[in-house]
Amino acid sequence: MDLSNTNLLDEAIVTTKIDAVVNWGREASLWPFVFGTACCAIEFMATAASRYDISRFGAEVLRFSPRHADLLVVAGTVSYKQAPILKQIYDQMPEPKWVIAVGACASSGGFYDNYTTLQGIDEIVPVDVYVAGCPPRPEAILDAVMDIQRQLKREPKFEVRNTDFKGKLDDV
Amino acid sequence: MMSEAIKIESADLLDTLRKARDEEGYTLLLDITAIDNLYKSHPPMTRFELVYVLRHSNFKDTRIYKVPVSDPKTGVETVSGLFSSADWAEREVYDQYGIHFQNHKMLKRVLNHEEFIGHPLRKDYEITKGQYCTVSQDMMDEMQPLLDARNLDMEKDELMIVNLGPSHPASHGTIRTLVALDGETIVAAASEIGYLHRGFEKSCENHNYNQIIPYTDRLNYCSALMNNIAFAKTAEDMLGVTLPDRGIFIRIILAELSRVIDHLVCLAAGLLDMGGQTNYWYLFNPRNNAYDFLSKLTGARLTNSYMRIGGMAYDLYDGWESDLEDVLVKIDFGITESLKMITHNRIYNDRIQDVSPVSAKQAIDYGFTGPNLRASGVAYDLRFSDPYYYYDTFDFNMVVGSVGDTYDRMMVRFEEMNESMKIIRQAMKRIPDGEINVPDKRIILPNKNCVYGGIEGMMNQFKLVIDGVKVPEGEHYGAFEAANGELGFYIVSDGSGTPYKVKVRAPSFYHLSAYPKIIEHYQVADAIMTLGSLNIIAGEMDR
Repeated sequence: MDLSNTNLLDEAIVTTKIDAVVNWGREASLWPFVFGTACCAIEFMATAASRYDISRFGAEVLRFSPRHADLLVVAGTVSYKQAPILKQIYDQMPEPKWVIAVGACASSGGFYDNYTTLQGIDEIVPVDVYVAGCPPRPEAILDAVMDIQRQLKREPKFEVRNTDFKGKLDDV
Repeated sequence: MMSEAIKIESADLLDTLRKARDEEGYTLLLDITAIDNLYKSHPPMTRFELVYVLRHSNFKDTRIYKVPVSDPKTGVETVSGLFSSADWAEREVYDQYGIHFQNHKMLKRVLNHEEFIGHPLRKDYEITKGQYCTVSQDMMDEMQPLLDARNLDMEKDELMIVNLGPSHPASHGTIRTLVALDGETIVAAASEIGYLHRGFEKSCENHNYNQIIPYTDRLNYCSALMNNIAFAKTAEDMLGVTLPDRGIFIRIILAELSRVIDHLVCLAAGLLDMGGQTNYWYLFNPRNNAYDFLSKLTGARLTNSYMRIGGMAYDLYDGWESDLEDVLVKIDFGITESLKMITHNRIYNDRIQDVSPVSAKQAIDYGFTGPNLRASGVAYDLRFSDPYYYYDTFDFNMVVGSVGDTYDRMMVRFEEMNESMKIIRQAMKRIPDGEINVPDKRIILPNKNCVYGGIEGMMNQFKLVIDGVKVPEGEHYGAFEAANGELGFYIVSDGSGTPYKVKVRAPSFYHLSAYPKIIEHYQVADAIMTLGSLNIIAGEMDR
């Protein structure tokens, strides 16, 4: 076969950038780790069940080990007691990783403005998408996954994300 | 109507409770809590008082003891030797109020983290004063005495310590259980809770009665409406009002529908834990249909906040009967299909029969209530023993198990769903027309025409929203047969629109306190099934 025949190769090869290909693949194969603590976790169960079916967005491979996951879904209230565990789980996830704060409590503490509730998980870990609602409807959680997919497409190159983030528990 | 408490001195506490248990038949210790009298306008002699709530073995009579605590540092004698349920209940009082219990074997914090300074439910602790936790405790202070008591040694017996949770797919929320394993067999276990402690009780002291309704939604978030009803009913009992019949029937229908939804989630998740994914779809999807009905009615799927003190937000919509009937048919189908797959399934039966049985006597000692107690063969259901809301006029059966193993706990729930659907269908036929709310201006908001059309209506609305419903001074323990067991609210009112204190008697709290004991001698995989069958809901357990 004459490899110098460029016409032949034109048919078989598509040229693109490596980031674009990798991000295209990532986009449809997010592996979520669900840090489900409260009411929102029940709505996440509904999101994963057949009616709302998160697998339509390629994110149905729920991982129960953070080391397998690239999307942390924090669904529910996080208390001060739980904060070190959340941080440990986040740290165990390999880069690149994304975080969704599902519901009012994870986003801001919600109406639990009191001595025991962390006032938003962004005090501990960086958050990419906040979902409003108490708890949000499954459609809102799906929308957050789609939002992550849109953000992910714009990732410029391979690098560790959020290096400048400093959480409240990072120094201790 | 208020509950009457019997005052006893702290020196007589142990003897009085022993006598109540052994001679008078008060075998079930429901709850222990404390009251901080610091901000009372007419404070009693001592700042702290302890409250013990007991239930007679005929399950009709409730007895409440009140014990003044002269010095919280000295505290009172523990009753955990008499009632196993007192173990964690006393730890909680110690954690939240700083009252010491002499001779308690493991008096340490249970809801707040170990680095926490102060006692949050004391009146002088500021509600927003949060404290960061930097490390999780290793729990060996609880595990080591357990190993010593069993004559076990980590090295010699080649034991392995494993953490089940707090972030574990089968831990149903965030519950941590530390187990010592000999191979696959659990030889000792200790549980840690409080990961979802959200300060419900402190929040109650800072909100008026109707503002608390949304907080109650999030106690047992699988059956939110039931918590609404239980809380509203307790406050209504204190006010001495009863709903019109239509309101009561709406509450019955929604409470029983919530019970069905709660059991559906419990069984779906439990079967999923043992690999029965098809069951999960069959049981979980009809729940979505039920949520469609609830969203149409209340505007929310999960946390409905539909009840109000003295009634509910609005009446049923036109055409609700056909929607609800449709939901019931779908739930019925889901249950039938699921049962077809498991009833004669060897894997299902062999895996959970005779796993972690709890005898009737033990169950009462642990403070079990609801389906978990009935699974152990104790015929106790508040809908029968203390029938509120016309439950005595419905034709339905109490479902009782025989040995109290994981199998019984699950099958009792399957059957209870059918009984609840029977009640719903009867109530749908019998529901009368008429008012849904108590006709009392001091309790229920006036209609909007009056608010926008006249000064009297506007002031009425203003006073109710700003001050809240004024509940007469006194203390009351209200009990309700919720999906998980006896859900009790101990409310202390100082006559204002904000409760002075609210204590929730959460069934899951007591179920989990027994969990480390009943999984011993079984394997890790059995423990996962046992946890699923106990239906621990972290929201109500940790509050």
